[in-house]
Amino acid sequence: MYDVIIIGAGVSGAATARELSRYKARVCVLEKEEDVCCGTSKANSAIVHAGYDAATGSLKAKLNVRGNERMPFLAKELDFAYKQSGSLVICRSVDELPDLQALYERGVANGVKNLCILNKEEVLEMEPNITDDVYAALYAPTAGIVCPFELNIALAENAYINGVEFKFDTEVKDINKLKSGSDECEGYELHTSKGVFKAKYVVNAAGVYADKFHNMVSKEKIRIIPRRGDYCLLDREAGGHVNRTIFSLPGKFGKGILVTPTVHGNLLLGPTAVEVEDKEGTNTTAWELSQVLEKAGMSVKNIPVKQVITSFAGLRAHEECDDFLIGEVEDSKGFIDCAGIESPGIASCPAIGEMVAGLIKDKMGLEEKDDFIPTRKGITKPGALSIEERNALIRENPAYGNIICRCEMITEGEIIDAIRRPLGAKSLDGVKRRTRAGMGRCQSGFCAPRTMEILARECNKSMFDITKSGGDSKIVVGTNKDVL
Amino acid sequence: MVYCDIVIIGGGPAGLAAAISAKKNGIDSILILERDKELGGILNQCIHNGFGLHTFKEELTGPEYADRYIEQVKALGIDYKLNTMVMEISSEKIVTAMNRTEGLFEIQAKAVILAMGCRERPRGALNIPGYRPAGIYSAGTAQRLVNIEGYMPGREIVILGSGDIGLIMARRMTLEGAKVKVVAELMPYSGGLKRNIVQCLNDYDIPLKLSHTVVDIKGRERVEGVTIAEVDEKGKPIQGTEEFYPCDTLLLSVGLIPENELSRGMGVDINPVTSGPRVNESLETSIDGVFACGNVLHVHDLVDYVSEEAAAAGKNAADYVKGEILKKDIAGKNVECDAILKPASGVRYTVPEKIRVSHMEENLTVRFRVGSVYKNCCVRVDFDGKRVINKKRQIVAPGEMEEIMLTKDQLLQYPDLKTITVMIEEV
Repeated sequence: MYDVIIIGAGVSGAATARELSRYKARVCVLEKEEDVCCGTSKANSAIVHAGYDAATGSLKAKLNVRGNERMPFLAKELDFAYKQSGSLVICRSVDELPDLQALYERGVANGVKNLCILNKEEVLEMEPNITDDVYAALYAPTAGIVCPFELNIALAENAYINGVEFKFDTEVKDINKLKSGSDECEGYELHTSKGVFKAKYVVNAAGVYADKFHNMVSKEKIRIIPRRGDYCLLDREAGGHVNRTIFSLPGKFGKGILVTPTVHGNLLLGPTAVEVEDKEGTNTTAWELSQVLEKAGMSVKNIPVKQVITSFAGLRAHEECDDFLIGEVEDSKGFIDCAGIESPGIASCPAIGEMVAGLIKDKMGLEEKDDFIPTRKGITKPGALSIEERNALIRENPAYGNIICRCEMITEGEIIDAIRRPLGAKSLDGVKRRTRAGMGRCQSGFCAPRTMEILARECNKSMFDITKSGGDSKIVVGTNKDVL
Repeated sequence: MVYCDIVIIGGGPAGLAAAISAKKNGIDSILILERDKELGGILNQCIHNGFGLHTFKEELTGPEYADRYIEQVKALGIDYKLNTMVMEISSEKIVTAMNRTEGLFEIQAKAVILAMGCRERPRGALNIPGYRPAGIYSAGTAQRLVNIEGYMPGREIVILGSGDIGLIMARRMTLEGAKVKVVAELMPYSGGLKRNIVQCLNDYDIPLKLSHTVVDIKGRERVEGVTIAEVDEKGKPIQGTEEFYPCDTLLLSVGLIPENELSRGMGVDINPVTSGPRVNESLETSIDGVFACGNVLHVHDLVDYVSEEAAAAGKNAADYVKGEILKKDIAGKNVECDAILKPASGVRYTVPEKIRVSHMEENLTVRFRVGSVYKNCCVRVDFDGKRVINKKRQIVAPGEMEEIMLTKDQLLQYPDLKTITVMIEEV
């Protein structure tokens, strides 16, 4: 019997696991995919929002502002890429100014620091590529950008070394309440694709599937409607086109199409917003991709759209109540929802982890460990070292002198580290999310066969068992002429 | 710091031919830097025949063609480093490279020859919608898996793009036991050589669908099928023409991009049409003493022409090191005879883009590509608006590189020549 089982190893689940790992408790994370960061957490805008969007008093507002404040400290503790680059919400006419002013006031009420409204000249001086018909903009210097993969992976790795168990390829199929003689709920029995797991507390951090699990244990039904958003990612050559995240005034379906540099220097455009039935429906569509390019072009001019290197879609876990749903389910003691985590989920995750773990700690009366390790060292990035340091590293381990991914200049040493470290990579996408190998302009054309060889060697697997992202996503299916 | 007369970036067909030519023109201090574990570049995975018809008057496979040059490099005692990645080149021609044994090191070169080749355009560059499962490969990646490693990337194949590598892979996959269902090409004409369409598609009854593209990819883990639709003149899919092909693999052969990140980093001017450096008659870039040849300069379809071009670059780099170019600079100082080459109607670009008559050899090959298929046309060259060359052609197509020969004598007859215009004239 575990003290706590967390369903889902996205940012919410991993942040909760990491915060819970401060305490003396047996914690296990169940994840249906082969790795952490495989759902909503991997395909989003990667923005650490300042916190002016959500209604004052909402959980979204509260946790966003708190998460935004925590992010720089967390980035230092856990060694992931984060940059406080700021954001601008632009409006195009005097008629829209009251809406911008309202956003400013909401931000101030939510506790966002240093907000100000800039006029056209100030905006264009700051970001010369913003559309010429800009009228004014709300500037939020505390907004930032983060590597969502690294954030998620760092949280999970740190939880793991502090004793949290992770079970991958483990899909929860059913949940039963464990009842004592007095009909009081004394925990839960989770039936999964890998057997039965029991826990006193369950954290439902299942992203777009959170309604499914909630509805298994509660009469008060919730409904998560996946909102698909298509994105286009541009080459690093285009990364300097804007230096801050550029939003238009928010509409009915969210914050609209943004244009932002990524923390690794690419340019990201998107997302669209379409409600879909399919919880795995992460396919892009031609119409939406065209909308991304068209609408991004309305707020930022001369976007070098020929430099698009990939496009992708993510699903936001939108709940009908339009707020984060975090807390113990009323008719299911010990079942903690962490549902409806859509934007600003990435920004809020440090605070979500604190809140959920705090809730469980209070209920269970958990004691702090005295050997909690608060820091984690990320994968060494030779590109950030001086020539002397780099040469010392290569002398010690020649694999750091062998470039595998030519576009992002990722070495064999980094890939081996990604595979060998705690909760290491098992697939090409796992390596990609940890090291960026394959994330560049050739999109793994050159490095995929080489990374496959390293994976096969390190994991002692055959080339036929190497996958793109686990499951049946095999890269090679046989040998030449084997069917002739 | 190590010093070297000529550093050649890349040990593929261009780098090898450039090195041999530089050596034969009197330079001993030459170093080839190659990132792969052997010399020969992409030729090593091109195990089909058809190489060398122009150069050696015989049909060789890619590795055989490469071997002829590798043997010469070795016989001439030209230095090379394998498994060595060039990280950066400064505008002062300091080359920073890295490998497992030496770590990061710097070489000060007198001349640099850029011969890095090109890479394939990925799916993202076309913004093909759909899922992102395993089973989508560029044709060159699949070629490596099959020809070098012996692995089949899939069983039932759809190919998008009729570039030469795609056509070659249609045949290869068929020979290795896969079923190639269709080759779809966005344009109304193929981007590959005519001979490849005949030998790789027609001979194996593989249908080629011109003016078609992939509009959807199905399958979450591995490709389960793709939808192909016809496109209108603007390349937009026509509703109602969609056709679903069940398959486990989509190969992309949708264009090649010269790999000029190092060139850009050192400040070399790049032509947006070729994505390669702008060069003069000596194949010299906008930086003195930095030359370019092969697919990094512009994408070729025949390696024979790469070798020819690279040999010229090697000789010119040798002349630069020996001070010959400087002599010509001084000799040409008072002669107003720099001509700019301009592509016009139908011609997309020319290599070179500038000719200094004082630096010109007796003959100069100007290479170019056309933007569309033209039948019964003329390749016309005007010197300052005056028609000088008129070469009748039955057909010219974007998939086949064209060339014209200019002679020094011709140019000397126009002492104030400013502009040479290369164009296609439809008859």
